[in-house]
Amino acid sequence: MTTRLIPSSSQTVGPFFRICLEHLIDRQQMSGAAADSIVLSGRVIDGNGAPVPDAVLEFWGADASGSYPDPGQPPIDLPSGFCRAATGSEGLFSFSIVKPGPVVHGDGCFQAPHLLVLVFARGLLRHLITRVYFDDEEGNESDPVLLQVAANRRQTLIARTADADAGEYHWDIVLQGESETVFFAW
Amino acid sequence: MIESPAAAIPGTQPDFCFPPYVSSISRSPRLPLIVLPDTLTERSGPVFGHGLIQANDNDLTAQHDGDPIGERIFVHGRVLDEDGRPVRGALVEVWQANAAGRYRHKADGYNAPLDPNFSGAGRLLTDDQGRYFLKTIKPGPYPWMNHPNAWRPSHIHFSLFGAGILSRLVTQMYFPGDPLQPLDPIFNSIPDPSARQRLVSRLDMERSQPQYALAFEFDIVLRGRSEMPFEGAAR
Repeated sequence: MTTRLIPSSSQTVGPFFRICLEHLIDRQQMSGAAADSIVLSGRVIDGNGAPVPDAVLEFWGADASGSYPDPGQPPIDLPSGFCRAATGSEGLFSFSIVKPGPVVHGDGCFQAPHLLVLVFARGLLRHLITRVYFDDEEGNESDPVLLQVAANRRQTLIARTADADAGEYHWDIVLQGESETVFFAW
Repeated sequence: MIESPAAAIPGTQPDFCFPPYVSSISRSPRLPLIVLPDTLTERSGPVFGHGLIQANDNDLTAQHDGDPIGERIFVHGRVLDEDGRPVRGALVEVWQANAAGRYRHKADGYNAPLDPNFSGAGRLLTDDQGRYFLKTIKPGPYPWMNHPNAWRPSHIHFSLFGAGILSRLVTQMYFPGDPLQPLDPIFNSIPDPSARQRLVSRLDMERSQPQYALAFEFDIVLRGRSEMPFEGAAR
């Protein structure tokens, strides 16, 4: 019998994470956006409807063919399919990432294109986990995760097309309140 | 009330809303989290390459021309998964205040000096035994606006990526014997006292260097991959 270790406790990222965590954002910007990237923009809003200007968001998604990179093959520096973004003064964020393809989910089934999203901020003692989908994907109707969410809350997980030709989408994260984003625990 | 994630052991993780930590009140969700079995998305995660790391990224005392002011220290430890296995190649990012308790951040308005020789940020990848090593200066405590006369205990922020995105952890390392810990709502947001104590580093005289620096040991345990795939999911 081996004893399982207990995972270390989470603590808030606090207000001063930029002095360290912006490094990855700068590196992403230096390496530039891939040709088939989309732009996802939006706002993070708190329970008073106020913008959250000090959140850091992380996005994790498959490539255009729906595959995740092999963890045994580390990249030279940045992993593909990962993006970190921080909100600015009005709680706004914007970043580019390759739009994921449908991800295989059992025999002949697929998850609709989506990104996993982690939300860190001052005031969040642990990070929140959610997903973002895209409003122009038919697969949303049969996505196994979306189907677990009450129909009246599903729209909190779906980014709206802002400019189809430019591949721009808009998605807000509401931490608390009437249109609170659905958050998951895995 | 918020349900705990399936994997969390009761009391070992803070609740989202902990009213003594005032900014958690308006920033925490009110609706229950939806607990789901994981999919390929949650079983995978980013892996970072050595090209991200530069010389002196793990030596916060050597990032400028001169020596920073303060108590020079070593911080070291291992990053392990729940089975006690080392997490290799884990990206660890750290940031902290300087010896006077001031962050090099434009939003830090504390009237304490910045140190021209200290940026307070570092990063590294763990080695094949899951070990990490930092050289830095001991951060000072600092006041904050949470409640009257509120002071944060000395701490170093840690951000870690393990095997799979669900192992992601952001936490803070504290120092042994700090009298501000019992007064700190962020530290005390963790209900279980022994879980709280696991965020307190240990003075490690064996690894200290005479006439040069004290050492503190801080091990971190990351969640492993879940063993509860969606029914019918691809293996």
